[in-house]
Amino acid sequence: MTASRPAPLHEDELHALVDGRLPAARAEAVDAALDPSAREQAEAWRQQREALQSLHRDWLDRPVPDALLGAAGRLHDTRAAQRRRLAWAGMAAGWMLAFGLGWGLHGQQAGGAMQAAAGAPPARFVRQAAVAYAVYQPEQRHPVEVAADQQEHLVQWLSKRLARPLTVPGLQAQGFELVGGRLLPGEHGARAQFMYQNAAGQRITLYLGALDGAPLETFRFDQQGPVASFYWVERGFGYAITGELPRPALQALATVVYEQLQHAPAQPAGTQQIGRR
Amino acid sequence: MSPAQIVEQLPGLRRYARALTGDAWAADDLVQDTLERACRKWLLWRRGSNLRAWLFTLMHNLYLNQRRTLVPVQALDDEALAFVAGAADVAGDTAIDLDRCLQRLPAEQRAVLLLVTLEDMAYADVARVLDIPLGTVMSRLSRARERMRALMEQAPARTPQRPIHPNTALRRLK
Repeated sequence: MTASRPAPLHEDELHALVDGRLPAARAEAVDAALDPSAREQAEAWRQQREALQSLHRDWLDRPVPDALLGAAGRLHDTRAAQRRRLAWAGMAAGWMLAFGLGWGLHGQQAGGAMQAAAGAPPARFVRQAAVAYAVYQPEQRHPVEVAADQQEHLVQWLSKRLARPLTVPGLQAQGFELVGGRLLPGEHGARAQFMYQNAAGQRITLYLGALDGAPLETFRFDQQGPVASFYWVERGFGYAITGELPRPALQALATVVYEQLQHAPAQPAGTQQIGRR
Repeated sequence: MSPAQIVEQLPGLRRYARALTGDAWAADDLVQDTLERACRKWLLWRRGSNLRAWLFTLMHNLYLNQRRTLVPVQALDDEALAFVAGAADVAGDTAIDLDRCLQRLPAEQRAVLLLVTLEDMAYADVARVLDIPLGTVMSRLSRARERMRALMEQAPARTPQRPIHPNTALRRLK
């Protein structure tokens, strides 16, 4: 303990030290006066600061969309603002639908928690797929967590989180483009949701994740209000194709997805032939 | 005063909006709304004052207003999170995880943390942009840093195996 101890360190000064906001002399004095726990805290904050400073750095180099360049140069367009308000209304409607579905599940098992709702695991799985669809499908602003333009990241990230190499089926031939994906919780680990959209703005989702239970020998169909799903289980993984499409159209998409996943190179060798046909 | 002055601010604004909203679409919508607001309020900007700080101020007012109008959805959001969006699903050091942790912070803490770090803004400027006292900036900064640290330290292994129970999934730090 030295006789010439500086004034006790205020936490604000610790922040200022980390953020480089102290005059050099004071920064030295503060740094010298740090006890081990303050030093550890300052170091953690410094690392956090560095990580945040590199976050989305690539956005600085991305070309600015024409829409923004245009907006920078013109007076505001009321209609655009109105359109966005309508988009919000659509999102709210999605939440209401999801809430309704969730409530319906809840009602099927008196006293049970929502995720313990009626039915065998695949039946619960497909209903969760329907709820996830209803929640995110109407969103204009946040339909996915990671957009298709980062497809490689998306697949790596979701593969890591689901502890299995994933493949994103391509549905361009059917007119659906990948919008992106998001990570959701499930009963036996994480679930992934991939969203696709066609030129008419219709959206479908592929929902997948670990699922206990015997393989389903055929596609199953499930309808929750306006939301229809085809689902199947293979190699301990459940898959659901969900959308507000006519049953034949949805089934056609499910078939394409199934076929593509069968031939995905990332699947473990020797397990290809489980299932139908 | 020309739009060119704004155009050179756009990359920085977009990046910041991306981090604030946690979403690429929302980011550009927010920047667009900010620009429209700026066009309408152009006369209120005093020549020679800090254009960047002014745009950030407009952006924050819009962002917080948008969130305010979303209150009913947000309330439902909390409930639905138990089922669809696992509150504590964060770990690791990837940018995606960092992004997700940021979104777990209350909006006002996230804003302070991002302005101080990502934007490297002086505390007094942050106080002006957010229209809050300096002391509030410091207390929010402190809470934000500690919570981010706690969120980022949660082990990934915890998340997948844990069955979602409403009581645990709803337990979100406020």
